[in-house]
Amino acid sequence: MLPELYNYWVVIILMMIGFYIVIVQGNLIKKLIGLNIFQTSVFIFYISVGKVAGGSAPIVAEGVSVYSNPLPHVLILTAIVVGIATMALALALVVRIKNAYGTVEEEELQERDLRC
Amino acid sequence: MLSHLPILQVIVPLLAAPACLLLDRARAAWLFACMASLVSVAISGLLVFQVHQFGALSYSLGGWDAPWGIEYRIDLLSAYVLLIVSGIGALMMLAANTAIRTEVPSERQPLFYVLYMLCLAGLLGIVATGDIFNVFVFLEISSLATYALIAQGRDRRALWAAYQYLIVGTIGATFILIGIGFLYSLTGTLNMQDLANRLPALENSATAFTAFAFLMVGVCLKLALFPLHLWLPNAYAYAPSIVTAFLAATATKVAVYLLIRFHFSVFGVGFAASVLPLHSIFLVLGLVGVFVASLVAIQQPNVKRLFAYSSVAQIGYMIIGIGIGSATGLQATLLHLFNHALMKGALFLALAAVVFRFGSADIRHFAGLGQRMPWTMAIIVIGGLSLIGVPGTVGFISKWYLVLAALERDWWPLVIAVLLGSLLAVIYIWRLVEVAYFRKGEDEVCREAPLSLLIPTAILALANIYFGIDTRLPVYLSDSAAQMLFGGGP
Repeated sequence: MLPELYNYWVVIILMMIGFYIVIVQGNLIKKLIGLNIFQTSVFIFYISVGKVAGGSAPIVAEGVSVYSNPLPHVLILTAIVVGIATMALALALVVRIKNAYGTVEEEELQERDLRC
Repeated sequence: MLSHLPILQVIVPLLAAPACLLLDRARAAWLFACMASLVSVAISGLLVFQVHQFGALSYSLGGWDAPWGIEYRIDLLSAYVLLIVSGIGALMMLAANTAIRTEVPSERQPLFYVLYMLCLAGLLGIVATGDIFNVFVFLEISSLATYALIAQGRDRRALWAAYQYLIVGTIGATFILIGIGFLYSLTGTLNMQDLANRLPALENSATAFTAFAFLMVGVCLKLALFPLHLWLPNAYAYAPSIVTAFLAATATKVAVYLLIRFHFSVFGVGFAASVLPLHSIFLVLGLVGVFVASLVAIQQPNVKRLFAYSSVAQIGYMIIGIGIGSATGLQATLLHLFNHALMKGALFLALAAVVFRFGSADIRHFAGLGQRMPWTMAIIVIGGLSLIGVPGTVGFISKWYLVLAALERDWWPLVIAVLLGSLLAVIYIWRLVEVAYFRKGEDEVCREAPLSLLIPTAILALANIYFGIDTRLPVYLSDSAAQMLFGGGP
C-alpha cells in the first residue's frame, strides 16, 4: 500500500508541515512560506489524482491508448495562478506592515499596537 | 438578451472593474461603478422574476452542455441571494463616493472602485455558478479583493487585520479546494447537479465524508462561525467604513449561502445526519456564538467593533436555523440572510457617517450625538431595534420564524435561549442610546452627515421597517427556496 501511494503520503506530510509553520511561526514571511507549502501540497494532490498508471500525456498519437486525465491538471493551473496572486498580495501587505510598524514579527507588532 | 442574464449578472461588474481602472478619475470611476451596480440590481430583479415564472434557469458557458462545460444555474435560492448582494452592493456604491472622501487618499480612490467591483463580481459569481470549481475561483476573486479593500483603512492595524484575514481566508479556501478534489476523484464530475445525482450511491465511502468535512470547515472559516470568527472583528473594525458596511451585509451572507448549497443541494439533507451529528454541532456552536459574541460586544469601546461582534452573534442565529434541521428552520435562516443584510447595512452605513464627521467610531464621539446628528442617530436606533427584534422591524420577522421552527420541535430551551440572546442585544444597543441621548458632548459643534451619505442609509433604515410590516416578498422567496431544498417544491 505504501509504495504505490507514496505521492499521497508526500502530500499529507507537506500539508502538515505547511499548516504547522502557519500556526507556529511568528515571523510574517515564514508564515507565508508555510502557507505556500500548504497550498503546494494540494497542487500535488490534484496532479496525483489525474495521473493514470501507464497513461501518457493527453495528446492524440499513434500507438497510445491510455491517457492521463487532463482535467485536474487544468484545474490546478487555475489554482496555481490564484496561489501566486494570493502570495503577491500577502507579500505586498507585509511590505506595508514593515513600513508602518518597522517589524515583521507578530509579537512585536502586538506590543507596538498595545503601546499606542 | 434575456437568456444571457445569468452570465451578465457576473460579467457586468467583472468588466466594470478594469473600466474603472481605465477611467482613472475618482468621480468618473464612481459614476461608472454606480451604473454597473444598478444594472446588476436590475438583472437580479429580472432573474427573480424569471425564476418565479419559469422555474430554475440553466446557462451553458460557451455553449458546452452541463456536465462537461461550466453551467450557471439560477434557482430560487440563488436568485434570492443575488438580489440581496446586488441590492446592497448598489446602495453602498451610491454612498461610497462621500464615505471614502475622508478615509481613502484621493490618488487611490479609482483603485478602490476597481477592488469594490471585483469583490462584487466574485460574490455574485459564487452564487450564480452551478460548477463547484468555479465556486472556488470566484471565492478567491472576491477574497483577494476583500483583503486589499480592508488594507485601505487609515489605521495601520488595518494592514495587520488584512494579513490575518488573508492567512485564515486562504486556509479556508484551500480546505474547500481539497474538498473539491476529493469529490472529483470520487465522482468524476464538478457540476453540482451531477454531483447530487451521483453522490447518493457513494454515500458510505470515506472519501465522500472527508470531502464533506473539508468543505464544511472551509466554508465555516469564511462565514466566521464561532470559534472560527477571530479574523472578523479586526477586519471589520479597521477597514474603511463603507467596506465594513458592504462586507457585513454581503460577504458572510454568501458564505452562508455556500454552506446551504453544499449541505442541502450537493450532499443532500440526509447525508450529514447519516455520518455525523452535524445539526447538533451547528446548534451548539450557533448558541455559544450568540452568547459569547454578544457578551464581548457589550464591552467594546469602538462601536464598529461592537457591531462586528454582534455580526458574529447574528451569524450564530443563522446557523441555529440550519441546525434545527427542518424547512421552517431553514426558512428562518434564509429570512435572516435578507433581514440581517438590511439591518447591518443600515447600522454600518450610519457608522460611516459618524466616522465621516469624527474620524473614528469610538464611543466617546457618541456623547450628545442625538442632538448633533439626529438623523444618523435615529437610523442607528432603528437598526438597533431591528437587531434586537422589536415587532414592526425585520429583526422581529426572522426571530419569529426561528422561534416557530423551535416550537415545531418542542424545543423550549432553544426558544428561551434565542430570547435571552435578544436581551443581550438590548444591553449593547441601550449602551449606545444612553451615551447618544443622555450625555452631553464635549467636542465642538458638529453638523449632520451629508445627504449623499444619509439618503442611502435612510433607504436601508426604511427598508428595515417596510419589510418588517409587508413581509410578502422575503417570506415568499425564502419559503419556496426552503421547500425546494427539502425536496418538497419546484
